[in-house]
Amino acid sequence: MTPTRISRLFEDCRRQRRGALIAYITAGDPAPARTPELVKALVRGGADLIELGVPFSDPVADGPVIQRATARALAAGASLRGVLEMARQIRQASPVPMVLFSYLNPVLRYGLEALARDARESGIDGCLLTDLSVEEADPYVGALHGHGLDSIFLAAPTSSERRRKLVAKYSTGFVYLVSRTGVTGERDSLSDSVAPLIESMRAVTPLPLAVGFGISRPEHLAALRGIADGVVVGSAFVRLIENNTDDPRLAEKLEALARELKAGLEAPGA
Amino acid sequence: MTISQPDAGGHFGPYGGRYVPEVLMSPIEELEQAYQQAAQDAQFQTELDALLASYAGRPTPLYYCRRLSEQIGGAQIYLKREDLLHTGAHKINNCLGQALLARRMGKKRIVAETGAGQHGVATATVCALFGIECVVYMGEEDMRRQRLNVFRMRLLGATVVPVTSGSRTLKDAISEAMRDWVTNVAGTYYLLGSALGAHPYPLMVRQFQRVIGREARQQVREQAGRLPDTAFACVGGGSNAIGLFYDFLGDEAVKLVGIEAGGRSLEPGQHAARFAGGLPGVLQGALSYVLQNGDGQISLTHSVSAGLDYAMIGPEHAWLHDGGRAEYVSISDSEALQAARLLSRVEGIIPALESAHAVAEAIRRAPAATGQIFLVNLSGRGDKDIDIYRENLKDLDDPDTNQPAL
Repeated sequence: MTPTRISRLFEDCRRQRRGALIAYITAGDPAPARTPELVKALVRGGADLIELGVPFSDPVADGPVIQRATARALAAGASLRGVLEMARQIRQASPVPMVLFSYLNPVLRYGLEALARDARESGIDGCLLTDLSVEEADPYVGALHGHGLDSIFLAAPTSSERRRKLVAKYSTGFVYLVSRTGVTGERDSLSDSVAPLIESMRAVTPLPLAVGFGISRPEHLAALRGIADGVVVGSAFVRLIENNTDDPRLAEKLEALARELKAGLEAPGA
Repeated sequence: MTISQPDAGGHFGPYGGRYVPEVLMSPIEELEQAYQQAAQDAQFQTELDALLASYAGRPTPLYYCRRLSEQIGGAQIYLKREDLLHTGAHKINNCLGQALLARRMGKKRIVAETGAGQHGVATATVCALFGIECVVYMGEEDMRRQRLNVFRMRLLGATVVPVTSGSRTLKDAISEAMRDWVTNVAGTYYLLGSALGAHPYPLMVRQFQRVIGREARQQVREQAGRLPDTAFACVGGGSNAIGLFYDFLGDEAVKLVGIEAGGRSLEPGQHAARFAGGLPGVLQGALSYVLQNGDGQISLTHSVSAGLDYAMIGPEHAWLHDGGRAEYVSISDSEALQAARLLSRVEGIIPALESAHAVAEAIRRAPAATGQIFLVNLSGRGDKDIDIYRENLKDLDDPDTNQPAL
């Protein structure tokens, strides 16, 4: 595959000896029309890669914060088709790499081949399908790669060595490491299972490794500096959106939070 | 028997499989391994059989409904009396099997979902029996509809956690149980109650429920002298139906009919008949027919019966449907209520609302089936549904009318 925006980002980061800040938001929350503006704010604050969460009615892997965001987005009329339109608008204004983060069913209904084609046209760079196991992934990976999109898979602290190798085999762009067992949501401290998971994944793949789930504070990012190639923050951004839906300064606040978190990644290592 | 076996990945044709977040994949592989070992272990089966006999009350009788059959005229209707099992429904068959497996795996905590509360009660029961901590997730709406079962679970020592997300019914309870499992995966066993979810659950649940069909097949030959012409079972996720159907799959002359919840009407949102408007999709671990909108969002469903009120059907049923081996129809809320009323009055058997759907379809077909033998799985008893019967059969609940003669 030719280098994608995602692989170029991680090469840049490697050269600059820094980690990438990956920002997740639920697309369409609080309303589809507002997502492009919020993404641009995140990018101004220093987000290096954007994960656009596609709202799904039954988000089994998500905690309460993202569940509520999903419900708001669906109530506001969000759909996978609409998320692609949001991506198109963002792409017109920014070269930031974008990943679609979705449960499988909306993708199945849209049609796999059609989605890969339309996502590419909308400026999407890769897809992560939360409930797609590598065992079922062949047709999906084929369609994504056929349209020049990266296929990103999750590895977890529970993943056996055999599974970590499979995840590495099916992933391009980067591998998303789930820092702990459980659903998405902020936590007070970083899980002890992160460092061993990174180490065991490095042993089976040269791909960049991004760590997510439960990461919400600058000190969490600082602790991962120099260890992980990227750090994903989701629920902390989503909660800020929830608490400031009607605040005209929401975009400004989002930008400030991104900047604060990014500083954690850039601070001198402890 | 290799008539309907999943492949190594748990696929029934294109259906089934394993669609869960990676965190759950290794635990599910461990579960599958433990299940396969247990299934080969004669001692496991001996212990399960002993519990099914002495604790649950197997074998359950096959009962010929003489008065009902005469009143309708036509087919001879037999009931497989799963309603007579301990805890009042077929759910205990699966719960005993899976709890034995959980104990074998060294799990100290069991989580489960429940819709009508029957699976929750059965899970709480086996957890009490084995001294395992029990947490049951139940939609707030279902807790309201099934208050008696909530109390029964608590009496049995279980913690019942109300689920307030989504439609507050079975689908949301399954999501919440999965979230608990994904969080507490090391020491927790997820005891799924129907033939749903990621492989090996649909296979495992079917294997624990097929005792229904195995017994019924032998009993109907003994009592009626031959196999039935048609076997009927209601289908929510589909565990009692697959349990009844499985041992008849090789008997090509035996028609298999699954009955889905037709609800108020077959308009979207008013029913839970997956073969009347559903499309293949992925929900909660498996690929099967699911009620959804054009964007792939899962539809809200309705049924007067909480146990049938679910947007997806088990993957093996999808396979049997597409292959034509089983037929699937729907029965409305009001048809089910009337069937329950008739069965209560002429046979003295108050069925669970779920099972009343199967009875209703047998009643509907009986007049045109003279000389035929109908086998209906009466999967549960109606005690839990008395409040709903009261709400819906108001003429019986009016103090001024229909007073019994003193």
